[in-house]
Amino acid sequence: MNTSTSLAVKPNSFWQKLKQQKALVLMSVPFLIHVIIFKYIPIWGWVLAFQNYWPGKSVFQQTWVGLDNFRDLFNDPVFYQVLRNTLAMSIIKLVMGTVASIALALIINEVRFMPFKKAAQTISYLPHFISWVVAANLVRDALSTDGGIVNDVLLSLNIIKEPIMFLGIPKLFWWIIGISHVWKEVGWGAIIYLAAIAGIDPSLYEAAVIDGAGRLKQMWYITLPSIRPTISILLIMNMGYLLSSGFEQQYLLQNGRVIDYARVFTIYELDYGIKMMRYSFATAVGIFRSVVSLVLVFAANQFAKRFGQEGLM
Amino acid sequence: MMIKKRYVNWEDIIINVFVYIILILLIIVTLYPFLNTLAISFNDALDSSKGGIHLWPRKFTLYNYKTLLTRRQIFHASLVSVARTVLSTFLCTFSTAMVAYTLSRKEFVLRKFISFVYVLTMYIDGGLVPTYFLIRSLGLTNSFWVYVLPGLVSAFNLIVIRTYINGLPDSLIESARVDGAGEFTIFFKIVLPLCKPVLATIALFVAVDNWNAWFDTFLYNSANPQLSTLQYELMKVLQSANTMTGSLEQALAQAAAGTVHTITPRAIRATMTIIVTVPIVIVYPFLQKYFVHGLTVGGVKE
Repeated sequence: MNTSTSLAVKPNSFWQKLKQQKALVLMSVPFLIHVIIFKYIPIWGWVLAFQNYWPGKSVFQQTWVGLDNFRDLFNDPVFYQVLRNTLAMSIIKLVMGTVASIALALIINEVRFMPFKKAAQTISYLPHFISWVVAANLVRDALSTDGGIVNDVLLSLNIIKEPIMFLGIPKLFWWIIGISHVWKEVGWGAIIYLAAIAGIDPSLYEAAVIDGAGRLKQMWYITLPSIRPTISILLIMNMGYLLSSGFEQQYLLQNGRVIDYARVFTIYELDYGIKMMRYSFATAVGIFRSVVSLVLVFAANQFAKRFGQEGLM
Repeated sequence: MMIKKRYVNWEDIIINVFVYIILILLIIVTLYPFLNTLAISFNDALDSSKGGIHLWPRKFTLYNYKTLLTRRQIFHASLVSVARTVLSTFLCTFSTAMVAYTLSRKEFVLRKFISFVYVLTMYIDGGLVPTYFLIRSLGLTNSFWVYVLPGLVSAFNLIVIRTYINGLPDSLIESARVDGAGEFTIFFKIVLPLCKPVLATIALFVAVDNWNAWFDTFLYNSANPQLSTLQYELMKVLQSANTMTGSLEQALAQAAAGTVHTITPRAIRATMTIIVTVPIVIVYPFLQKYFVHGLTVGGVKE
């Protein structure tokens, strides 16, 4: 409702209203300009991908090369390796992270002793707030051949005879990424499922008890089906981020031995683009990633809507 | 009433045992790396390299901390980290709240347009190179302001605060307006105080993000040691851990030469890790208080 009734003429044109609301304009338009500069001008920078960018010349003086950079990209075998690595690690992280978070939520939900429940929860989401720089340090130490806890435990259990250099084995890298992701994010991921579990109608459990269902059966027939909508919406929405998830983790844990399995899009842009001064090529890589991600996000959203879920947009 | 039969419910016992074992294992796996690093940071470096340090230092020393904290490079980096975190937290939270307030005013003619411009940024991204060129042409490379300016108002935080303001009773704002208060007065005197819980949540998230950031230093400010941050220094130590050629390690090894003490890359990493982690642990109780709330607010969609 417009309360400025003291004005004789009710403003009707857009400009009149805008003039009347100049305080609101003053509060928001400077930030509108800010977001346009920092988020939208880089998109205009996509023209670089259709040029052969040479430093020192302005955008208008560059030579136009059409789709050459994209042709180079799709002819580069490394590109397909990057695509494979990105998808593989995203899917491993998504599946392992989801399963572990649901399992943890179910387990925490079974604890009746409140102080222990609180303590377990509090400790489990601490690593979420630690940077990947710190986490990568901890992972490296835990996996080191020189007194790392993982090797120590495996040696003392006689499972292995010699310490294993886990971070030097290419085939293991994806799984180390998956497991360290679970270590860092499982507690945080469980919060949303615990909230969903807390919203389940208690009368469902009462009815199940009367029917003679034990705790396992209640979990299987009531808790899990009740949080299924939450699980599916989160899974679908995360599909949209398959090409954009993670860079810090891979960058900080990789080394020369495993790089063929660790290289994801941002590392590719850095090593094959910026470090080689192929700025136009790196821009093309960025465009590919951005556009495919956008398509995936919209597809995931439509998919979620079809499932009767409210989309995020 | 039926007399309750007292019998041993095996299912209950098995589930309880299983649940406690799993959770205790989880607690150990989560905390051990931190405690182990803490022990190593307080242990004599040469002694640590013999191995066998787990939860408690064997040869206690403060030498590692003394060496690192008195390095001008590390000291300066902590100042930069603190400065960027404090400044970003204050500016981001305030700016986001102000824009959110204007977007919560139903009569505001630009409301739909500004909302759209922000929401779209959640789905498109210019990419590494165009963003780098923009930052460079704005003169923000080798500058402290690159830590603060680019991320001033994020679409996600904006939605969270706007949703919260929409939930406030309209009558409060309307009655102030009837009393003749302008938009700025309403925002500062009524809306900001009422938004304290959501602002605390956003401030903590922004603070943690800023404290943990290293990629911006790497990309824009790596040529200027004066603008290095703690996370970036730790990242450099981590990256050079394999080759042991990092300049910091060499400098420290030289500094230690000829004294009774010595320092190793492992000890440097452990000590740096703890220095970087302590502030997070200090704000953790506050984080805990607010973030679950923040998470639920964030889930609300208008």
